[in-house]
Amino acid sequence: MTDTILKTAKLETGYDSKPVLQGVDIEVKRSEIVAVIGRNGVGKSTLMKSLIGLLPCKRGELLLEGEPITKLSAHRRARRGIGYVPQGRDVFPRMTVMENLRAGESLGAPSPGIYERMFEFFPILEERRNQRAGTLSGGQQQQLSIARVLIGSPKLVLLDEPSEGIQPSIVQEIARTMVRLNRESGLTVIFVEQNIDMIRAMAHRCYVMDKGRIVTELTPEMLEDRDTVRRYLSV
Amino acid sequence: MAFLSELFAFLYQAGDAFAFLVLAACGLAIVFGMMGVINLAHGEFILCGAYVCATATRLGMPLPLSVLLGALVAGIVGMILERLVIRHLYHRPLDTIVATWGISMIATQGTLIVLGSTLPGTGTPLGSFTLGDYSFSQYRLVLIGTALATLVGLYLLFTRTRFGILARATIQMPHMAQALGINTGLVYSLTFGLGAGLAGLAGGLYAPTMTLVPTMGSAFLVEAFVTVVVGGADIFLGTAPAAAILGVIKAALTSWYGQLAGQIGLLLTAIVVIRVMPRGLSGWLLRERG
Repeated sequence: MTDTILKTAKLETGYDSKPVLQGVDIEVKRSEIVAVIGRNGVGKSTLMKSLIGLLPCKRGELLLEGEPITKLSAHRRARRGIGYVPQGRDVFPRMTVMENLRAGESLGAPSPGIYERMFEFFPILEERRNQRAGTLSGGQQQQLSIARVLIGSPKLVLLDEPSEGIQPSIVQEIARTMVRLNRESGLTVIFVEQNIDMIRAMAHRCYVMDKGRIVTELTPEMLEDRDTVRRYLSV
Repeated sequence: MAFLSELFAFLYQAGDAFAFLVLAACGLAIVFGMMGVINLAHGEFILCGAYVCATATRLGMPLPLSVLLGALVAGIVGMILERLVIRHLYHRPLDTIVATWGISMIATQGTLIVLGSTLPGTGTPLGSFTLGDYSFSQYRLVLIGTALATLVGLYLLFTRTRFGILARATIQMPHMAQALGINTGLVYSLTFGLGAGLAGLAGGLYAPTMTLVPTMGSAFLVEAFVTVVVGGADIFLGTAPAAAILGVIKAALTSWYGQLAGQIGLLLTAIVVIRVMPRGLSGWLLRERG
């Protein structure tokens, strides 16, 4: 078994005729937490969408645990253990919290006690379990969206701007939860983020994107320094 | 006593109209509400159910089983058509209307050519009973019961089962459902099959009460569409209450002014409702609820 969980080789994709990703190479090892940063519109969300398969790859290759998954549809990739938490959360608004979580079971069979575990991480979800998801606050929806993929015990979680529009206390709580899951069960996380505190709280290392390519990589030492991170956030 | 039998006669008529509207419309409502597909071939799935049921009954199968067989065959035909035709036309509503209309014509004319202008009926089962001055068919009571049971069954299917959760997730947010590992193509196929199967159920249930001709689907189609238009996209907040309201209107107008008045009343109600609530009862209720 290889130590690399996900690898892309010269990944290219875009919308219609407009190219967005122009040859992305990343490699993520098992149990790593990797951030993807860069200005708006450089293709970070597009990268996440093409990793889960909501956008087809035009060229290049995508390997999950050494096996090519480039041609697989989104639901097949998800069942191989990729959990996708999109920008804007995308909870099912007219379903209850509990039903949203149950939908996550399609990712993988729920392990015993997983619901209790999720409610321990996100107590608000237990309190609101029979409430319709559309009536939750942004932060609560974000927690639901994350818990929804974790129910299926994915190997790799993709988070697209988890802090966007959410109050700082919940951002911290989410970061703590992800770090804890990473330490306890070796969960691998790739996340797109602009929030400097969240990046520093979670990331082991960091890819910097510009114009559809990875332009540089920040090591753990570079992440130590707030000013360096800030500088790269606006590259 | 006279008053009571009058009252019962009216409730019976309203219930009969309600059952017809629910059974005729629920398949159409599911396909429209959950998939956004306006299925003009709905009447031909009803035809399919009716013909299969009548044929099976004449070959000696008990009626309840024949009805279920009709529903099953219509459902399977629906799933095949979804895969061959409808699937390629999602997000192209106008093209879907044309395509399903074409399927409808092919099915009607094909039935006419292959099976002739009529199929021998089986006669209405069960007997009748009298109350006061009126005589009532027991089979109609069975139909009313079946309509209610179908609504309850669908409610449980969509709220209590795994399929229900996956179907609602797919309908509310297809891309997210896919990203969670839900095979949305399969969900669409099953949902369309369910809609077609319910149409087949209606056909099978009404087969013993009607003349079996290749165009019999159109007798259901108009009322089914009126019910769906008045009800809107949600079957429980829309179709069911719409069928109840329309059933009462139809029964009242029919018993006081005749069948034609009943039909006109349905269409007028539909026009008024579209004017006041463009998204039907359920659209209005959901907006009120926020």
